[in-house]
Amino acid sequence: MATQQTQKLARILIAPSIILLLLWMIVPLAMTAWFSALNYNLLNSVTSFAGLGNYRYFLSNPAFLSSLLNTLVLVGSVLAISAFFGVLIALLLDQVIVGRRVVRLMLIAPFFVMPTVSALIWKNLLMNPVSGLLAWLWRLFGLTPVDWFTQVPMLSIILIVAWQWLPFAVLILLTALQSLDQEQQEAALMDGAGAFDRFFHLTLPHLARPLSIVILIETIFLLTVFAEIYVTTGGGPGVETTNLAYLIYSQALLQYDVGAASAGGLIAVVLANIAAIFLMRIVGKNLET
Amino acid sequence: MARRTPVPRIVLTSVVAWTVGLVIFFPILWMLLTSFKTELAAFSASPSFLFFHWTTENYVAVWTRSNYLEYAWNSVVISLGSTLVALAIAVPAAWSMAFSPTRRTRGILMWMLSTKMLPPVGVLVPIYLLYRDAGLLDTQLGLVIVLCLSNLPIMVWLLFNYFKDIPRDILEAARMDGATIGKEIVYILAPMAVPGIASALLLNVILAWNEAFWSLNLTSSHAAPLTAFIASYASPEGLFWAKLSAASTMAIAPILVLGWFCQKQLVRGLTFGAVK
Repeated sequence: MATQQTQKLARILIAPSIILLLLWMIVPLAMTAWFSALNYNLLNSVTSFAGLGNYRYFLSNPAFLSSLLNTLVLVGSVLAISAFFGVLIALLLDQVIVGRRVVRLMLIAPFFVMPTVSALIWKNLLMNPVSGLLAWLWRLFGLTPVDWFTQVPMLSIILIVAWQWLPFAVLILLTALQSLDQEQQEAALMDGAGAFDRFFHLTLPHLARPLSIVILIETIFLLTVFAEIYVTTGGGPGVETTNLAYLIYSQALLQYDVGAASAGGLIAVVLANIAAIFLMRIVGKNLET
Repeated sequence: MARRTPVPRIVLTSVVAWTVGLVIFFPILWMLLTSFKTELAAFSASPSFLFFHWTTENYVAVWTRSNYLEYAWNSVVISLGSTLVALAIAVPAAWSMAFSPTRRTRGILMWMLSTKMLPPVGVLVPIYLLYRDAGLLDTQLGLVIVLCLSNLPIMVWLLFNYFKDIPRDILEAARMDGATIGKEIVYILAPMAVPGIASALLLNVILAWNEAFWSLNLTSSHAAPLTAFIASYASPEGLFWAKLSAASTMAIAPILVLGWFCQKQLVRGLTFGAVK
């Protein structure tokens, strides 16, 4: 049906998107790669070729190893929390509930809160060791209030970020649950399958795909958590809450070391790509239908 | 037909669900309450939940004593601007891929998606330097460009998914009846594409409004949106919790409402159409 003319038109229509995305992807990435091979500091006008020196510097920097570890801990914990509680809450909301729409609105709300707001509200109003609401709650039960950002800085960050991303998991999983074939459930019920069997043989397999999508999308965003750390701990105390994104930021815009920051940037790109490859496979399958 | 659920069970699940919902929603509720307290009451070690002296002085203070309106205006310009530009670029592309797909369409779509996987921190340094040299640091235009490009793939995907579902038969029928391409677009495609375009628009506005990485790194005073304004409360002196709450409430309210209204589209957009 497509004539020569419409094909030509189609190509013209798609060109701007492709050209812009190509530029957006290739130019900065090529520059990052080029800078990463230079001794380049913004405070120093002389730049010279560094070879792999920046990578050696960045990789042997003890802060790098701990930031890599922090990144993995942050991503892993938030993923575990949002996957586990996401499934539980989605199953709960899939039941007959009085006022389900309102509960649903409350549950997904944190996802729409901008990261700087959620971080500062948690840090001050909730986690402050003297006047925070959690301190009051702790005292109510006769416990000593926790000084969250001093005693357990990483856990604090994890709580805040998980609070933002759990609703995302709930939203996606609940939508998927509601598309579950009701007749299949009924048939299983007729055949005498218990709630346990139905969950493990019908519901869970049905959730496998949306769950893997949740995990992969969250991974991509969680690998570069930045604002929450920026407004609460600034990466500290020491480097206890410095993740890879924050380390690169401080290397570049606080220490002006463009070369080392670029090397770190490329390492972050490689890590993100590992997650991306899996996501693309899953999403790609959807295109066949 | 679904079977009747026994009443005690409904009561039990409802109580559990409401408890979970309230616990998760609580920080937002608490922020809302705190925004109506005096600074002294907000900082009190024995919190009051409803019986405190309600005041709107914090809203007045944020409104008059800071450049709140300027930041809000930046947020509006940046999120709407980047969305509209992205829309103008994405609609033709998605339309062409949905209606005259080629062998390469699938590959192009996957490639576009892959650009979204690029962590922003990987390109922070070159973008920052390019912006510095081009005078784009701390300008609305600079943020519009970055946010437009970083959300363009999501936009194309979302629109493609919607356009793909428009039945072709209608187009063929119109062509049989002698409709020109112009008429085809105005009378048939546009009305059918409106819901898809609207949801792409909403999703993009939400993402851009809440974007923090680029906003914090590329702006300082002139073009700083609300995400950056709130971040400035990270290290102030004195009592500021009630004002922080008031400023935060105003910053998130429009998007929260918007998000509540378009949950379905959000799911579709955020999972690139893989969950409907």
